[in-house]
Amino acid sequence: MTAKPEFRDAAKEMQKEMLARYYGALSTANEDRRPVAYLFIPGNVVELTTATGFLPVYPEINALQCGIKKVAGDLILAAEDKGYSSDVCGYVKNDIGLMLKDRQHPWGQIPKPDLLVCNYSGCNTFIKWFEALSEFYGARLYLLDIPYVRGDRASPSDIDYVVAQLRELTEVCSSVSGVPFREERLREILEQTRRAEDLWAEILELATRRPTPFDSYFEAVFYMAPINILRGSPECVEYYRLLLEEMRHRADEGVGPVAEEKFRVVFEGPPPWPHFRAFWELFKKWGVSAVASTYSKVGGLYDQGVRHDPDRPLESIAEYTINCYTNWNWRMRSDLLKRYVEHYKADALVIHSVKSCRSFSVGQADLREQFMHEYHVPTLMVESDLADPRYFQEAQLRNRIDAFFESLQHQRMVTA
Amino acid sequence: MGTPENGGGGPEQVLADLGLGAVAAWKQRTGRKAVGHFPVYAPLEMIHAQGALPVSLFGGWGQIEIDHADSRLQSFVCSITKSTLELGLTGRLSVLDGMVFTNICDVARNLSGVWSRNFPAMMTVFLHMPQNVESPSARAHLASELRRLSASLERLTGVAYDPARLAESIALYNQDRDLLRRLEAVREEKPWALSAADWYLLLRIGTVIPKEEHVRMLEDAVAAAEASTARPRDGVRVLLLGSFCEQPPLGLVRQVEEAGCFIVEDDFVLGQRWHTRPIREEGDPLEALVDAYLGASRPSAVRHHGAHPRQRHLVERAKALRLGGVLFCTAKFCEPALYDYVLQKDALEAAGIPYLHVEYEEKMSAFEQPRTQVETFVESILFN
Repeated sequence: MTAKPEFRDAAKEMQKEMLARYYGALSTANEDRRPVAYLFIPGNVVELTTATGFLPVYPEINALQCGIKKVAGDLILAAEDKGYSSDVCGYVKNDIGLMLKDRQHPWGQIPKPDLLVCNYSGCNTFIKWFEALSEFYGARLYLLDIPYVRGDRASPSDIDYVVAQLRELTEVCSSVSGVPFREERLREILEQTRRAEDLWAEILELATRRPTPFDSYFEAVFYMAPINILRGSPECVEYYRLLLEEMRHRADEGVGPVAEEKFRVVFEGPPPWPHFRAFWELFKKWGVSAVASTYSKVGGLYDQGVRHDPDRPLESIAEYTINCYTNWNWRMRSDLLKRYVEHYKADALVIHSVKSCRSFSVGQADLREQFMHEYHVPTLMVESDLADPRYFQEAQLRNRIDAFFESLQHQRMVTA
Repeated sequence: MGTPENGGGGPEQVLADLGLGAVAAWKQRTGRKAVGHFPVYAPLEMIHAQGALPVSLFGGWGQIEIDHADSRLQSFVCSITKSTLELGLTGRLSVLDGMVFTNICDVARNLSGVWSRNFPAMMTVFLHMPQNVESPSARAHLASELRRLSASLERLTGVAYDPARLAESIALYNQDRDLLRRLEAVREEKPWALSAADWYLLLRIGTVIPKEEHVRMLEDAVAAAEASTARPRDGVRVLLLGSFCEQPPLGLVRQVEEAGCFIVEDDFVLGQRWHTRPIREEGDPLEALVDAYLGASRPSAVRHHGAHPRQRHLVERAKALRLGGVLFCTAKFCEPALYDYVLQKDALEAAGIPYLHVEYEEKMSAFEQPRTQVETFVESILFN
C-alpha cells in the first residue's frame, strides 16, 4: 500500500514554505545589509555564525537545488569556460557558474558573502572552493581545520585544537558582523539544534519497522533539508515534530514508500540530483526500500549519538564537526555500514559512486570487495555524478540494477 | 651518478626498478626497516632519526599495467594512486615495513584507509597536517601529530625518540636541501649547464636511496654544474608548476626542454625540498620541524597559505625570474593542481604573463602532442 495523501504531504508542504522564506531572506540580504556567511554542510558552525548575526548561505545546497531544477548543466559549462577542468567537482563548478551569472538561482538571487567559513571537514575540495570565492568576492576566509579521524574516535587533543580555533572564529565573526558574541545566545540556539537532532534521530530509527515508513535514502535526503539549512531555529524543531508524527502514523498504518517492500537496502554515496526521480524509479520497480543511508548523515551522524549540547557549547560543536560522515576514516565508515545492514535488517548494500566527490567515492570499490567477500553482503556499485547531468547513463544503470535485483530474487527463490 | 653501493646503475635504472631492489639491498645490509610515504610532504627527518629509510612512492614509472587496482579504484582516480596500489597488491612493495600518508588531497587521504585494510601487516600512519596555518593552535596540533608518528616508528624500529638523533637528521637533510638549492641556482642562472632531465633524476633518486649517499651524489653534481663552462644557449625561461605529487614521465620533461624551454624553476618531487629555508638546528628539534612546516613551506596546491595566496606568489616569482612564461604541467585527475590552475592563470593573465597547460598520465608514451603544444607556446613568446 502506498502512502495516502493525508500522510504524505504535511511535512513536505511545511518544508517548501520554510525554504521559500529562507531563500526570500537571502535574496534581499545584501541590500538589507544583513551579514552573510558562506558555510559548507558537513561540520558547519552555523550556531556560531547565527549567534553573531549572520545569515547562512550553503553553496552545496544551492548546487543541489540547481541539479534538481535541471539548471546545473549550463552553470557547470560556464565554469568550464572559465578554466575549470571537466575532472573537478560539479558542485564547485555549479557555484562558480552561479557567480558568473550574477548569482541568479532558481529560488532567487544568492547574496554575496561577507565571510567565508571553510569548515574543512572531510573534504579538501572545500578549501579550494572557498579560496576561489575569497579571491573572486574579496571576502575574508577563515579556514577551520577539522582533523580527519585517525583512530576509532575523535581524540581529546583534536577536540582541543578545534575548540581553540572556534574561539578565534567567534572573534572573527564578531569583527565582520559587528555583533558581539554572547555565550547565552549560542546556548539558546544550541538548545533548538539539539531538539531537532533528537527528533530526526528518532525518525531515522523508524526505518527498522517493516515496511519502513519512508525511504531512508530517496526521501530522507529531502527530509534532512531543514536540519541542514535551518538548524538551530524553532521552526526546524517544529518541522521534525510534525514529520515524526507523520512517520509514526505511516508506520502504524503499515504504509511505506513502495507498494510492496521486497528488498531492504542500505545506500552509500550521494544521489544523482539532476536525475533524481529517474534514478529512484530504477529501484522502485523492484520494490526496493532504503532502510538506511550515509548521504542522509552528511549533515550530522545524529543516529550515532552525535549531539550539540548547550551545556558544552564549543566542545560539542567541535565534536560535531569532527564526527561528520566523510571525516570518518574508512574503517569507521565500513563499520557503520555493517551496523546499518544488521540493525535495519537489510538485504543488500547499494553504492552510488560519484566522480565529483572523491572524498565520498575513493575507497568505495574496496568497500564493495569487503562487503561481498568478507561480510557476504550482496553489494551493487553503480557510477554517475551528484551534480553533472552528463554522467548519468540511464540504460547502463538500468541494466546493472535489473541484473542485481534479478539475481537477488533468484537467490531468494532457490533458498526458499 | 651511479649508485655502486646498490649494485650499480644510474638513477634511471634504480628508479625503474619498481620492486625497490636498492631498498631491499639497503635493508639486507643494515638490518633496518623501510617506511614508504605517499608524496608530497612527510617528516623525513623523523623517519630517518628513528632508524628507518624513508622511501617516496611515485607509482609505476610508466611500466605497469593496472590489473588489480582497477577493482579497488574508480576510473577518475589519478595514475599514481592506482599504480601505487597495484604495486602493493602485486607484492612489489613488500620490502616496505610501513607507510605514511598525509592530507594532501581526498584521494591520498582515502587511499590510507584502503591501504591499511589491504596491507594489515604494514604500519600505516595517517598524519593530519594543519591547514589553518595562521592559528596559534596549529603548533600544538602538529607537535602532537609528530609525536604520534614517533611512537609508531618506535614500535616498528625499536628506536625511541631521541632529540639529539633528530637534530642530526635535520642537519643531514638541511645539507641535502642546501645542495639541491645550489643546483636550483644553477638552473636559474645557467640552465644549459644542467639539463632539466638530469636535475629531475638527481632529485628523484634522493627519494629511494639513503640521504647520506644522496648528499655525496649531489656534492659531485654541484661541483660539476657550478664549474660547467658549457656554452650558453637560447631558450624561453619557464616555471613549471603542478608536478608536485605524481611525476611527469621523464620523456615529457625532456621534450619540454627540447622544444625550446629552460625550466628555471619547478615543483618536481616537492617533498624533498619542501622548505623555503633550512630547518632550525638549535633548540628543540621537534619544535623546529613544526615551525618549519607552519612558517617555511613552499607554496603548493596541497596546503592552504592563509593571507598570501599562491597565485600572488606565482606572479612575484614570474617577475623575479624574468620568465618568458609559465608551464602548468599537471597530472590527469589531480584536483589540487586543477583548482589552483584557474586562479593562477587568471593572475598571470592580469599580469600579462603567457602560460600553457599540459596534462600527463603515467601510461603516456608518445609526446608529440605536448611537444607541439610547447613548441607553439615557445614560438608565440619569441615572436610576440
